[in-house]
Amino acid sequence: MSTEILESYTQREYEWGFVSDIEEDALPPGLNEEVIKAISKKKEEPEWMCEWRLNAYKKWQELQEPTWHNVHYPKVDFQDIVYYSAPKQKPKLNSLDEADPELVRTFEKLGIPIEEQKALAGVAVDAVFDSVSVATTFKEKLHEVGVIFCPISEAIRDYPELVKKYIGSVVPVTDNFYASLNSAVFTDGTFVYIPKGVRCPMELSTYFRINAAKTGQFERTLIVADEDSYVSYLEGCTAPMRDENQLHAAVVELVAMKGATIKYSTVQNWYPGDKDGKGGIYNFVTKRGKCDDNAKITWTQVETGSAITWKYPSVILKGDNSIGEFYSVALTSGKQQADTGTKMIHIGKNTRSTIVSKGISAINGQNTYRGQVKVNAGADNARNYSQCDSMLMGDRCGAHTFPYIDVKNKSATVEHEASTSKIGEDQIFYFRQRGISAEDAVNMIVSGFCKEVFKELPMEFAVEAQKLLAVSLEGSVG
Amino acid sequence: MLEIKNLHAKIEDKPILKGINLTVKPGEIHAIMGPNGSGKSTLSQVIAGRDSYEVTEGDILFNGESILEMEPEERAWVGLFMAFQYPVEIPGVSNAYFLRTALNAKRKNLGLPELDAMEFMKYIKEKMTSIGLDPSMLSRAVNEGFSGGEKKRNEIFQMAVLEPKIGILDETDSGLDIDALKIVSEGVNMLKNSERSFVLVTHYQRILNYITPDYVHVLMNGKIVKSGGKELALQLEQEGYAPIEKALMATV
Repeated sequence: MSTEILESYTQREYEWGFVSDIEEDALPPGLNEEVIKAISKKKEEPEWMCEWRLNAYKKWQELQEPTWHNVHYPKVDFQDIVYYSAPKQKPKLNSLDEADPELVRTFEKLGIPIEEQKALAGVAVDAVFDSVSVATTFKEKLHEVGVIFCPISEAIRDYPELVKKYIGSVVPVTDNFYASLNSAVFTDGTFVYIPKGVRCPMELSTYFRINAAKTGQFERTLIVADEDSYVSYLEGCTAPMRDENQLHAAVVELVAMKGATIKYSTVQNWYPGDKDGKGGIYNFVTKRGKCDDNAKITWTQVETGSAITWKYPSVILKGDNSIGEFYSVALTSGKQQADTGTKMIHIGKNTRSTIVSKGISAINGQNTYRGQVKVNAGADNARNYSQCDSMLMGDRCGAHTFPYIDVKNKSATVEHEASTSKIGEDQIFYFRQRGISAEDAVNMIVSGFCKEVFKELPMEFAVEAQKLLAVSLEGSVG
Repeated sequence: MLEIKNLHAKIEDKPILKGINLTVKPGEIHAIMGPNGSGKSTLSQVIAGRDSYEVTEGDILFNGESILEMEPEERAWVGLFMAFQYPVEIPGVSNAYFLRTALNAKRKNLGLPELDAMEFMKYIKEKMTSIGLDPSMLSRAVNEGFSGGEKKRNEIFQMAVLEPKIGILDETDSGLDIDALKIVSEGVNMLKNSERSFVLVTHYQRILNYITPDYVHVLMNGKIVKSGGKELALQLEQEGYAPIEKALMATV
């Protein structure tokens, strides 16, 4: 397809690029022990938590920023980042009416479903605005079945034993540079606990949003699914347009005990920067889950945003017969760069993993799949199936695939398939000759390409994801 | 219906069509034959509006109006259909979804109400029976994993669904075995009527055993050098293109 068409097609303004005008309560930029103590104090944390943070900070100082990834960006000045900022508001809210009206309007603009209609649809929302959670619905209904779904800062105060036991149990504070940083300075995030044998009665969802200028956002999510329980968690985010790069370094830990199932779905649309790549979000995320016997963890992600993405949702298949799945769509357009994939670590016997990765690159986008399948000596009959497909639009973008396979058990079966295709002018012309516009043609081709991943998303999320892809590739067809 | 006047077209800097004149009236079937490289496929693509070709001179009129400035999809909406020589595969997009989108795009632009899924299925069922298409084809991705014959049959099926005013078959017969050729020909014979016209672009005479053209034109080096009735095709089959080529050389 002619580069001209693609360019006009993929160059679009970021729809949600507005900055809301809310007073900030923020610490000065920079990072040291005093800042960490101040964060801990602001969050009214117990002492063990503060010490845990300080320990992480110490470890972080010993670690080096990783450079092995296939993304390029100016060096981040970690002393120029504001590590805490909270919208000023009444300390406790019973309903949305009590929230800052400007805040509510912001949510409305983003289409965040806090309002009644969405509630009726069965989605509980724990909205994170900058660093403080402001609204939680459905809490009571969840409470009836014993499900805990709350901001992690609240969980640290109200359920210290649970948090203490599991935080850092899947992603240790020393895990990597960004995970250590997150452990030291995380300001909020979500905590979920599903009791033994409980099937969580609704999809849980959290919307993230970066707002305060220069505020790095360090989310911390911990989901613990007790034996034979089930939970489906949805995460989606969007951020306003701005001029400086913003660092986002989240940590997500999933604990799936015997027989438990966790589905974690993400639709990510952080600001990707303007057409020259200026001002986009840097997204360095550590996501990992651990499965006991017969447990299952599924990561599904649709990534369209961020200037830089560095993210490998992984599963440690520790228990026998446990299952790990990774379904991903990653779109890079403009000057976006993504280095993303997964790790499946087979430790238990009869463990199974499936990887389906769909990378789409347009304009100057650079998309890297990096995946590791590791089968340890004791993982008898482990099985993995990996499929990595890349789609190119235009002739200046790139797709790169780095699969690492490490098998130490002879009874293991590991399959890897990869393909690269290009949306060609002949394909577009075929649609147009049948009366379908070039824009619709690209959407249909891309949706078709991503079908296997979309079908893993909860229904309404799948629709949203499809829309997001369409918007991400929108523009006038020249 | 279709009037091509002194059409010149080039790709990059290479002139391919060098003054084509052709008039197709409603209900007529025209065969355009020629050796490889004569510009046959270019002619089909230029009529359909492919933008890799540049028209440098002349005009194409459809129902009396120039279509040169129209986008390919606009040409489709007014009733122009091209069956492709190499139909593309579209993984993950079902035939049914593809066709409904195409049909509704056309209906919308003609000011007709769009068909919902139920209405569409009802409409399409008759078409399928008439073309002899297996219903499982509807849920399969467009052309993906289809045999050569299945792809061509799918093209004819799409034509039946979209009900164009004129169908241009760009070497639809190439690479077909005799059974597939019959199926394609039967489809065309069924769709032809006193209003609908066809232009068959072909290298070989054999498809004309099944579809009887009203006119046969010989295309060489970007020009129509000879026109006649169906007997011209038989003559070509027996003698090949060489005698015509020779005669041309002699006149130069």
